[in-house]
Formats: sequence, C-alpha cells, structure tokens
Amino acid sequence: MLRTRPLITEKDVLQAVHAGRDVLEVTGDPIVTPAAGASLREHGIRLAVRGDATLVEGESSSPSLGNFSSTLLLEMYSTMWRIRVFEEAVSVLFREGRIIGFAHVSIGQEAVATGACLALGPKDYSTASHRGPGPIAARGARLDLMMAELYGKATGYCRGKGGSVHLADFERGILGANGIVGAGIVIAAGAALSAKMRKSGEVALAFFGDGAVNQGAFHEGLNIAAVWKLPAIFVCENNQYAVSMAAEQATGGGSIVARAAAYGMPGVQVDGQDVLAVYAAVRAAAERARAGGDPTLIECRTYRFHGHWEGEATDLRRREEIAEWEARCPIIRLGTRLLEAKIARQEQLDALRQKALEEMAAAIRFAESSPEPAPQEALEGVLLPL
Amino acid sequence: MKELTFPEALNEAIREEMARDSTVFVQGEDVGPYGGGYYPALKGLWATFGGERVRDFPISETALVGTALGAAMTGMRPIVDIMFADFSFVCFDQIVNQIANMRYMSGGKAKVPIVVRGVIGGGQRLASQHSHSLEALFVQFPGLVVVTPSCPRTAKGLLKSAIRNDNPVIFLEHKMLYSAKGPVPEGRDFTLPLGKAQIGGEGTELTIVAHAYMTQVAMKAVDQLKHDGISAEVVDLLTLSPLDNETVLRSVRKTGRVLAVQEAPPMCGMAAEVVALIAEKLGMSLRAAPRRVTAKQSPIPFSPKLEDYVLPSVTDIVEAARGMVRGE
Repeated sequence: MLRTRPLITEKDVLQAVHAGRDVLEVTGDPIVTPAAGASLREHGIRLAVRGDATLVEGESSSPSLGNFSSTLLLEMYSTMWRIRVFEEAVSVLFREGRIIGFAHVSIGQEAVATGACLALGPKDYSTASHRGPGPIAARGARLDLMMAELYGKATGYCRGKGGSVHLADFERGILGANGIVGAGIVIAAGAALSAKMRKSGEVALAFFGDGAVNQGAFHEGLNIAAVWKLPAIFVCENNQYAVSMAAEQATGGGSIVARAAAYGMPGVQVDGQDVLAVYAAVRAAAERARAGGDPTLIECRTYRFHGHWEGEATDLRRREEIAEWEARCPIIRLGTRLLEAKIARQEQLDALRQKALEEMAAAIRFAESSPEPAPQEALEGVLLPL
Repeated sequence: MKELTFPEALNEAIREEMARDSTVFVQGEDVGPYGGGYYPALKGLWATFGGERVRDFPISETALVGTALGAAMTGMRPIVDIMFADFSFVCFDQIVNQIANMRYMSGGKAKVPIVVRGVIGGGQRLASQHSHSLEALFVQFPGLVVVTPSCPRTAKGLLKSAIRNDNPVIFLEHKMLYSAKGPVPEGRDFTLPLGKAQIGGEGTELTIVAHAYMTQVAMKAVDQLKHDGISAEVVDLLTLSPLDNETVLRSVRKTGRVLAVQEAPPMCGMAAEVVALIAEKLGMSLRAAPRRVTAKQSPIPFSPKLEDYVLPSVTDIVEAARGMVRGE
C-alpha cells in the first residue's frame, strides 16, 4: 500500500518555490518527508492533494511546540497518562476477572483521543467506537464513574446497563461509545445536523477505527455531512487492524484519507502518535466547521499496543512490528519534547503521572466499594411513561 | 367532526405539531416538493415550512435514521419518513441496536424523541419487498413504542401523540388505509393516548383482536356476522407495544371467545401474542379455544390471484368466527 503513494521530498517543494507557486499539487495520497514538511511551512506553500475531483489538504510533520501554551501541552500530557493508567488497570482487572464482559483498550493510541478531544469545546459532541475509554476519558469524563460502569455497578455512568462498549456522558456531549462498528459516524452527523439547525455553533466529532471505513455508515455519514455541509469531524483511529484484518487488505483504493476526496471534503492524514499534530488537525477542522465550512476526514495513523481485546487468545501481528510501534509511544514522545524544550521539568511530568495514578486508584476503590444494582433495576429506563 | 382521508389526517398532525414546536422536523426520501414518496402524506409541508424543516434526504437509510437519532439526542424532534417500511431492513442497526437501546444503555440518561413512519402491508400488487407486515419485529425490542393506526381519526390522534412523546415511536401506516376516508375531531388539541386499544362494534359472543388495516377487514366481518345472528366486537390494538392487555382481557372476559387477526404470516406475530395472553390469563374460562386468522406461511406474491390467496380476507374471519361461535 505505501509503495503506491507518491513521495513528496524537499526537492519537490523547492521546485514549486522556484516556479513561484504557493500550492504544491499531487495526485493520490502522498507521504511527505520531514524535510519537505519543514520546507512547506518555511516557504508558506500549501500541499494540495488532488483526488478525482477535489482537493485534499495534507498536513505532515509535527507542529512546533511554540504554537501551544504550556498549560495546554501539560494538559495533553496528563490526559494521555489518565487514559494510559486507566486502561492498564482495566487490562489487569480484566485478567483478574474483576472486570467482566468486554474490555477493549487503546493503549498506544492515546494521542489521537487526547489531541482530538482537547481541540473540542465543552459543548461539542462526540461519539466513539467500541474502543471507548480513551476517547471518553479524553473529554474529561470521570474515571470513577467509568470504572464503576466497567464493574457493572449501580454507580457507573450507565448504571450498569451499558458496560465498556456503551460508555456515555451526555452532560459532556459524549453520545456514547458503540458496539456496532461505524454506527456512531451517522449519529455524530445527526448531532452536527442538530447543531446546524439550532445555530448553536457546536460541532460533532466521530471517532472510529480503520475497520469502520468499509461500512455503509461511514460512506452515508460522510456523504450527508458533505452535501449538507454539517459541522462534523470524522476522526479515523487507524490502528492498522480490524481485529485481525490488516487495513491494507481491507481498504480499496489503498488509503483511508483519500476517501475524503470522493465526498469533496478536506482530508488530512496525521501521525497519530503525535498529539500536537492531531490537535492541530482537529482544531483546524473545528474552526472550519464552526465557520460554516466543509466537514473534515482526519486519518490518524496509530497502533494499539495490546490485542483487539483483553481476552484475546491470538494476536497475529508480528512481534517486531509491535516493538517498532511501542518505541513510538505518544506519551514518552511528548514528554521528551517538553523536557528538551524546557517547558517542563521531569518532576513536573512525574507529578502529572502520579496524579493520574492516584485518580485511577481512587476510581478502582470507588468501583469496588460501589453497590451492585438491584436486579429489578433492570426494568427501569426502558421507556419513559407514555 | 370533519371528513379527512388517511394521508390528510397524517398531514394535519405533522403540520400542527411543526407549527406548535420549532424543534419538530421531517426528513426522508422525496418528502420535499414531491410531497412524500409513493404514499404522499406530506403535500404542502415543504411549501409551508421550507427545506430546513422538511428535509429531502438521499437514498441512504442508515444516515437517514442515524442522523435523526443524533439530532434527537441533542435537542431536536425528528420525524423520519422511511417510505416503505420494508426499507427499514437497510437500517435495522440504527433502529434496533441504536435507537431502541440508547435510552436503556445509557442508564436512562438519553432522551430519544423520534418518530419513524413507514408504510406496511400487502394488497397493492407490489410483491414481497414492498409488502411486509413487519410490525411484530419491532415489538421484539422493548425500547420502542410501536403504533399502527387503523383510520384517519386514529392516524391523526396517535401521530400527534407520537410526535409529542419523548420515546422513540415506530409509526406504521398500512398502505390500504391511504384511500380511507373518515371523521376526525376538529381542533389542534385532539390527540389519542399511546398504549390504549379501542373497541369497535360492541358484541357479546366473540372478540376479534386486530390492528392496522385488519381492523377495517374485521369490522366488515362483524357486519356480515350480524346477518348470521352472531354478535362480535373488534379490539383495535392501535399501540402494539406496550400492549394494552387490559382492554383485550376486558373484552374477552365478556365474550368468552377470542379470534386474533393479523396480516403477517402466522409464526410469532401479534395474533400469537394475543392468543398467548388469553390462554395464560383466561384459558380455563373460555367458551371456545382461541383461534388465529393470519396470512399463509409465504412471502407476499405479486399476481393478484396469488396475493389474494395468501392474505387474510373478510371471508376467512367470518368462517373462523362462525366455527368458534357455532362450533362448526
């Protein structure tokens, strides 16, 4: 798949500079070298990817730290740790049999959820895939109520009715994780429609995996968002595998982001291990959406360090591949940059991690000590009185 | 009272509720200037309310229903026109996995005020893919309210209640009723309660339980039975879920006999449900074994001779009723 994608080098950029152009056009889904990315920014040249009919704007190498406040950078760092320690706890608790049912974690993918959610406002809407805890925690949802739900306790976000793949927090605009691949895409498009009709200025963001892009719901959701110019952002957490099937074996056309062109909307591919790149892409998409512009498809290339689910007996992925990606941990990567740029000291970073650990420990205590739902509560909340 | 056709009654209900509440909107295929698919109940709505609130949708049922769900959870009250209810199979995930479960799965926190309208049933020579009586499928999901009006009055009164209700309502309109005309009470405040059956015909020897178009068929059968000296009444279920058990039981306690009628094939349908209800609650006190009249165990065929053979008729009901009352 990657071999068929055009490569953009610094030389291509310089040629455009010499020709006096401010747009570098390519056909297909390009790979931009870091040097070319730097050169594009230096010369103020926009990369325009020409699909069959429309332009796909490409974002490439990592944004500079200088574009972000230190408060935001530290919030990103701490949010990624909140997700990581929560999901590592989920993994252990599942193996111990204390968490039941499903447990799908996104360890390794934290930058996608974090960058995207921190770029949203508190009244915006989001839907998530079955791999829900990361994208839900990243919007500031409470870990104790999340953990209690995973335990099936009465105090959980859904009172023990939903479990891990149906976590939702309507007060925060989180319209739910979803057990059906791709289903949340059209639901988010509907929240975007509602925002547009109510002229509320809100946007709606759908998280989904690479496995969702071949579902009808993906195509139908992108299409209606495009024809109605809905304030929607479609964020693909491309962790390369849908359970066991590699995205490259499943994706016609060879690229997920290129599908944006078919719907006439901007498509951006970002390094999903780079929280800054994800944030910048979602921020730009949200601004465009709020201004009445097009919806956006953002493909974040990432990886799950764990298998499809915590009870998985077979992981067909190569050990070397897993190790390569583990070396690209998004949390370590941001931490290193913060230290190098002297934005934070090691003690500060350690303290943020410690805080996340304490929050997680308190969440487990809360879940363990919470009451089980009374059996007859099963019959509550089915319908409102007629 | 005024005389309205079935689609006129639906149109009035939607028009009045859209005027009453600015969050109510309609979306569906060909609902705009075209006035609503093959069964035009939406004439003039687009001209009155504009394309923002009467939204023509591409042929894209998953997005049609899924966006309505997203809108419903965030402050709007969508009415989805899915045209032939058979098309709901294309987006069953959104209706069943999503809409029907959303409130429950969220611990009662989600509010899903949404009406999905669809046209059901046979009789118009449209063959299997446009003739399903699929209402019992929706009844399998406790998070849905399922409504089947049987005349212009019930169409208007129930649709208005469905639009005002905060639950998701599957509102199924039988295509043979579209040519029906009948009295409808005047006034914008006229509604009928969801979850309540009604009784027609006032009889003493037999209860016929029916819904949708079969209510009309059953009423014709009651008239014919009168000539035979048999006194029957019809319980028109109107809301299939939650089911108004009480009204059914009250009628059968009086008559001692129940004939359950549905247009769908026999297995696991509303008629089976009614017979089970009566068997469990009144089995030992009945004057005759409960019976069903349903379609035959077949998809709906195209050719008139074939379709008429498969669907239940007035004669089928009359013969079954005579058998029960006279022991024939």
